[in-house]
Amino acid sequence: MSRFGSYLSEHFETIFRWFTIVCAATVLFIMAAMFIQLAWNARLAIGEFGIGFLWSDVWDPALNKYGAFSSIYGTLVSTLIALFIAVPMSVVIALFLVELAHPTVSKVVGGAIELLAAIPSIIYGMWGLFVFAPFMAEKVQPFLQETLGLEKAPLIGKFFSGAPMGIGMLTTGIILALMVLPFITAVMRDVFAMVPPVVKESAYGMGSTTWEVTHKVTLRYGIQGVIGACFLGLGRALGETMAVTFVIGNAHHISASFFDAGNSIASTLANEFAEASEPIYLHSLIYLGLVLLVMTFLIQFAAQWWVRRLKKGMGAGL
Amino acid sequence: MSETKLPLYGDLADPTPKISVRGLDFFYGNHQALYANDLDIAPNRVTAVIGPSGCGKSTHLRVYNRIFELYRDQQAKGEVLLNGESIFAPSVKLLELRRRIGMIFQKPTPFPMSVYENVAYGIRLHYTVAKSELDGRVEEALKGAALWEEVRDLLNRPGTALSGGQQQRLCIARAIAVEPEVLLMDEPTSAIDPIATAKIEELVEGLKGRYTLVIVTHNMQQAARISDFTAFFFKGYIIEFGETKQIFTNPKNKKTEEYITGRFG
Repeated sequence: MSRFGSYLSEHFETIFRWFTIVCAATVLFIMAAMFIQLAWNARLAIGEFGIGFLWSDVWDPALNKYGAFSSIYGTLVSTLIALFIAVPMSVVIALFLVELAHPTVSKVVGGAIELLAAIPSIIYGMWGLFVFAPFMAEKVQPFLQETLGLEKAPLIGKFFSGAPMGIGMLTTGIILALMVLPFITAVMRDVFAMVPPVVKESAYGMGSTTWEVTHKVTLRYGIQGVIGACFLGLGRALGETMAVTFVIGNAHHISASFFDAGNSIASTLANEFAEASEPIYLHSLIYLGLVLLVMTFLIQFAAQWWVRRLKKGMGAGL
Repeated sequence: MSETKLPLYGDLADPTPKISVRGLDFFYGNHQALYANDLDIAPNRVTAVIGPSGCGKSTHLRVYNRIFELYRDQQAKGEVLLNGESIFAPSVKLLELRRRIGMIFQKPTPFPMSVYENVAYGIRLHYTVAKSELDGRVEEALKGAALWEEVRDLLNRPGTALSGGQQQRLCIARAIAVEPEVLLMDEPTSAIDPIATAKIEELVEGLKGRYTLVIVTHNMQQAARISDFTAFFFKGYIIEFGETKQIFTNPKNKKTEEYITGRFG
């Protein structure tokens, strides 16, 4: 024991260094292993459909013809709708919490928003299907179509056409927005709080309103954090499975209408593994998973590149 | 404790004070930081505010443009008149007040945008101008802050890429671009090197023809060099006020004398 003890204390630096190296390397190893495993287990589909898998919108288990396009489309559209709603809301909420609200109110509301993040996604799914979707069908969608007249609006009319069924892209997007909102808000709140008071003061000192200070100075100052927050939300929305599967409608087709049922990569995977009896079917699903993985990577890379460019251009502080 | 003698600005064409402070008390929550401050700021002159750390110099200055109102636990009582009008009057538009009274801070605070955009920021807030006129005003402000020659080819670079002293002059350019009447400087040279400090002191000398300047400083040589009048603060009271020459050569109050001779602070 004492000899072991003295060995440990003598070589502690070396052992500790190797320990950290092994831990860090594990991450890389797991990433690489995942990629290789996915690719290997999708080899039949990759061989059969090749890169054309990405833009083929046929998904026909009867004929064993598979294409990812409707799933990719659904994933991107539902995610974009979610961010379109969640990002501005998060900015406004974070602004309220940091700049405007009384500290007590800020604490209570901030806590409530963090609780939103703690709700399991299956609950969002069930609530979405049984409560929110009927509400969408009866109230929101008719309101958008008729009261606002969006159905007949030029250019964007086709996004709001079709029967108000409740489930579909728009409902999915809204639920996703609720789910990613707390994450984006939490990061934005920290970003706003970290901007040095003296920078804000000098903007107020120029005679700016709170809104001007926020969007011209605070948001720019924390642009890295703000974009990071958006991509954090984006990453979560892209991969969200359970809630999406409940409300997206799970139809392999592409429709311009946000009211129409669709599917996402994650929802397709969740739904169809049990049915995948043919090897090529199973391989196609795994191929689809690989596509999602690569998509998330590409988006993260794009995000980092963008942040670096912005930082260089504006000299943002954080 | 305080006995403030309000001077007569005999050498000025218009001796009406630009800013008059009467009976100003200031509170951080329950803590009182300023006691019954009376002070007159001479137009188109440099007034230095000196005193040991924590004596309320900055607090006093931060009342003039009502920047303290950003913090809900801070409260000012008393009267501050700008050109004879109360800055707390309901008719005063806060944003317009802050245009008329610009502020420079201890650390340079360039906004996260280009040099050009930094200066254009305030102009865009307060005026509607065509692009060509905006260019002219930006150039004029940068010249006014003695920065034009150094940055004329760097207008599209981020403001934060400039050196510390340049950044502080950029902030001065940004402040004078909106045509203020008063410039408040809260220890503007405490975060920059001596050479850059000398440039800013020179600049202050040149600015006083057009603006009324109030400068808080820790550096007594600086106060002696650049100011026309000096107010000595101690523990929230204005202990002595007078012409800078008199304060530094023949202070009337013992505390003032002790401070300027370096016995405390």
